[in-house]
Amino acid sequence: MTMAEPVGGRFGDFGGRFVPETLVPACEQLEAAFRSAWADESFRGELNQLLADYAGRPSPLTECHRLSEELGLRLLLKREDLNHTGSHKINNVLGQALLAVRMGKARLVAETGAGQHGVATATAAALLGLECVVYMGEVDMERQALNVFRMQLLGAEVRSALSGSRTLKDAINEAMRDWVATVESSHYCLGSVMGPHPYPWMVRELHRVIGDEAREQCRALMGRDPDVVTACVGGGSNAIGIFSGFVEGDAALVGVEPAGGAAIGRGVPGVVHGSKSFLMQDEHGQVLEAESISAGLDYPGIGPEHSHLAAIGRARYETVTDDEVVAAFELLSRTEGIIPALEPAHALAWVSRARQELAGQSVLLNLSGRGDKDVDQMMDRLVADGSASGDDGQSE
Amino acid sequence: MSAEPGPLEAALRARRSRGGKALVPYLTGGLGDWQAGLAAAADAGADAIEVGIPFSDPVMDGPVIQQANDRALAGGITPLAVLDALGRLDIGVPLAVMTYYNIAFRFGLERFASVLAEQGVAAAILPDLPLEEAGPWTEAADAAGVETVLLAAPTASDERLGRICARTRGFVYGVGLLGVTGERDELASSAVVMAGRLKQVTDVPVLVGVGVGTPEQAQEVCRVADGAVVGSAVVRRMLGDGGPAAVGDLVGQFRLALD
Ligand SMILES: Cc1ncc(COP(=O)(O)O)c(C=O)c1O
Repeated sequence: MTMAEPVGGRFGDFGGRFVPETLVPACEQLEAAFRSAWADESFRGELNQLLADYAGRPSPLTECHRLSEELGLRLLLKREDLNHTGSHKINNVLGQALLAVRMGKARLVAETGAGQHGVATATAAALLGLECVVYMGEVDMERQALNVFRMQLLGAEVRSALSGSRTLKDAINEAMRDWVATVESSHYCLGSVMGPHPYPWMVRELHRVIGDEAREQCRALMGRDPDVVTACVGGGSNAIGIFSGFVEGDAALVGVEPAGGAAIGRGVPGVVHGSKSFLMQDEHGQVLEAESISAGLDYPGIGPEHSHLAAIGRARYETVTDDEVVAAFELLSRTEGIIPALEPAHALAWVSRARQELAGQSVLLNLSGRGDKDVDQMMDRLVADGSASGDDGQSE
Repeated sequence: MSAEPGPLEAALRARRSRGGKALVPYLTGGLGDWQAGLAAAADAGADAIEVGIPFSDPVMDGPVIQQANDRALAGGITPLAVLDALGRLDIGVPLAVMTYYNIAFRFGLERFASVLAEQGVAAAILPDLPLEEAGPWTEAADAAGVETVLLAAPTASDERLGRICARTRGFVYGVGLLGVTGERDELASSAVVMAGRLKQVTDVPVLVGVGVGTPEQAQEVCRVADGAVVGSAVVRRMLGDGGPAAVGDLVGQFRLALD
């Protein structure tokens, strides 16, 4: 099992380039541009410089002593939450923004769910002097209002997606429609390992740094790879990023999806947003609306390489419920002093539930983002419930 | 090139050899009294009609057709219900279904192609299925005798346009502008350019659609093109109060302008 360049954009039976004809030449141009940039020392050097001096890489590996004891395993966190802009998304965006400049495109179009990819794109656009338009579902604009304002502060225009479920999938539709109209001057800065070839491959390569760093850090700390590597999966970029450091070894790879957005857990193969992959859809082929507490994972599909990893049995995919996620969110906050984003709290929710199966093992978890953006939403949920930690039973 | 053109291509070629310009309106299946809308369009002089099978995520469509999709889906329409209805319809012009690839993929490509053939549908247009990915579908469609209309866009090189025209059946659908379906105040200059570039490389009928919303715009593009596809302007009539009668009126105006 290696992660080479996918031949013809295919990962086994999955992937491809299912886009309107208008976009085919742009996808071909992007594929060629990325291949040449990725082989170009000066491009790599420029990107690495930004990742270090601007984004703050390498991100640390944190061993969770208290929580490990509580769970009966050895928990290590890859701290993507400490990157500039608060999540792993910046790795991908800095690469794509540099590539846009290299291709002579002065405008970035992006979709966003939780707002983290939108914030990262707006940030890179500000840094490189590019124009930036971010599409966001109307529902997500409400639950992630802070990130909307953050993008605006950074000089981006945020446009609401009003169709369908008004969440991430609809934001992607709008971003693709924009790109169809502006393809000559715009680069579509897609935020996960999905979409038409070359995106699943390119975005994986840009996040590979997570896994490469983590492997070295694990070997330095433990002298070996962890037993289990786990990450949350929306489109699957943070998961692919960390998996790519370990896929050739023996570590078990576990992706965690929300129960309400479980493409592999509840889906069948389908084609939407440019590639063939597992997809939540009805018997007629209409795409279903995902529903989860976390805007960043509210997506009915999954990147094609994950479908392939599942099909060949190299990775497995689990689902967790919103309640389990909230419990994990509180657990990490209380035991380690780290407030996670709701997305990686999914991965922790699985670890917590599977603690017996994982007893005594070393578990590397990609902490893909920090929880600042979710604090409002959690305050509503936990304080309204009267169930916030420290409040329990005291007022009654 | 296939030796024997299918019913869609035959109808469009016949119009052209009479010195005329082809008119192909689009309606969304399952939207209001859509079958009456199809009949009205045929009566008013359509050469062929495109029938949309609604999809939840129509990325090539602008607000009007999106709304039509949403409304038809909310009304409970299914792909099979559209196709069954088409099979019972007898309006005297060839029909092409337009839908997104996942609808055909979920149906099963061979089954989808054979149901189209059984229901008397001449052709299929799948706007998110470009040439490179079309193989499995065109194989099934060819076997069932269903014409696959490919789209050609302004972004393609001449070399690519040639390959698209070699593989398309029925007609080649020239995309008139950079953008999704929807009416525009003026015909984009790219529409006529697109038609001219396609005419250079093919003898297959060249129809231009996307951004052709008025009889004048259709007339303008048909100075070069063999015909026009009119979508959002027609669907907007179905979404409004006018319904099938308004569709008939509008198609009649287009017919008059092109004759
Ligand atoms: C912190 C964080 N993690 C994960 C995701 C999900 O994306 P992916 O599955 O591509 O990693 C998001 C998306 O918004 C996010 O903000």
